[in-house]
Amino acid sequence: MKKDTAVKGAIRDVILLGITLSIAIILLSIFPDRRDIVFTTSWEFFVEMIWILPAVMILMGLFMVWVSKDMVVKYLGRTSGIKGFFLALVFGALPTGPLYVAFPMAAALIKKGARISNVIIFLNAWACIKLPQEMVELQFLGPKFMALRLILTIIFAVVMATSIERLIEWSNNKNGVS
Amino acid sequence: MNKRALLINVFAFACLLISLIRNKEKTKQSLIGAVKSFFRILPMVFIVIIVIGLLLGFVPPAKISDIVGEQAGFGGLILIAFLGTTLHIPALISFPLVASLLKGGASVTAVAAFITTLTMVGIVTLPLEIKELGKKITLLRNGISFIFAIIIALIIGAIL
Repeated sequence: MKKDTAVKGAIRDVILLGITLSIAIILLSIFPDRRDIVFTTSWEFFVEMIWILPAVMILMGLFMVWVSKDMVVKYLGRTSGIKGFFLALVFGALPTGPLYVAFPMAAALIKKGARISNVIIFLNAWACIKLPQEMVELQFLGPKFMALRLILTIIFAVVMATSIERLIEWSNNKNGVS
Repeated sequence: MNKRALLINVFAFACLLISLIRNKEKTKQSLIGAVKSFFRILPMVFIVIIVIGLLLGFVPPAKISDIVGEQAGFGGLILIAFLGTTLHIPALISFPLVASLLKGGASVTAVAAFITTLTMVGIVTLPLEIKELGKKITLLRNGISFIFAIIIALIIGAIL
């Protein structure tokens, strides 16, 4: 089942590539004067990408093997306080995979009694502070942009997590659920 | 190879070395995973690279700047932030794309807003998130993330 969807996704991507390529060929044969600029631009971005892509994939592969889902749930479920907060940040940033992989893990964490604020930090870290992803951001947008966005995202993730926790506790108390 | 790419490669190589020293079998497994994901993402990389070439080759900077540039104003910012929430492309691929937009005349604020909403807010995955975490947490998280993404983008735009 899982393998099936993976193959389907790969086939879809290749078809999409075929369509994109056809459009490019048609456009460039109608406007031959644009060929040079399109080629040089594409080539420039391709070179920048190919220099880092293998390294990024190696990092993702390493995290996939060394930081397992069970490990994340096990450690995050039982730590609290400032340690729990840092762990949530690190465990959100290290494993790889799209955000929807993190939802069931977050649900498991809540069931295990982890603080809501830590679960939210974990989700936000998973969504936007992935280490391999930051490498690509560094390459294409520069160290200043990457560092500034990273710091702001962490600050706002903490603010968000604590306010959501307060809001949910407040609304639970109001409804008489404790 | 530029300095940044060199740094990234050195970092990845160091991690690989540490992993190799600690556990050979696990390192082998992760390398197999890395090769697989490399080929899995390659078509997407080519698509984005072609799109970037066409974008910068055919759309004049003035046009890009009109929609997502400095003079596009708050409306343009909200628009691109909203676009980020609805699109479902891997962040890895989005960075070269926004870098090309930046080169083509988009503002830093717009680019920051797009990346932040793209990663933090997900309209496509909303039903899944509600199913796993409940309506309250999901709507609060996504709603607040959207507002914070705009604030983060405005701060980045003001500083850089």
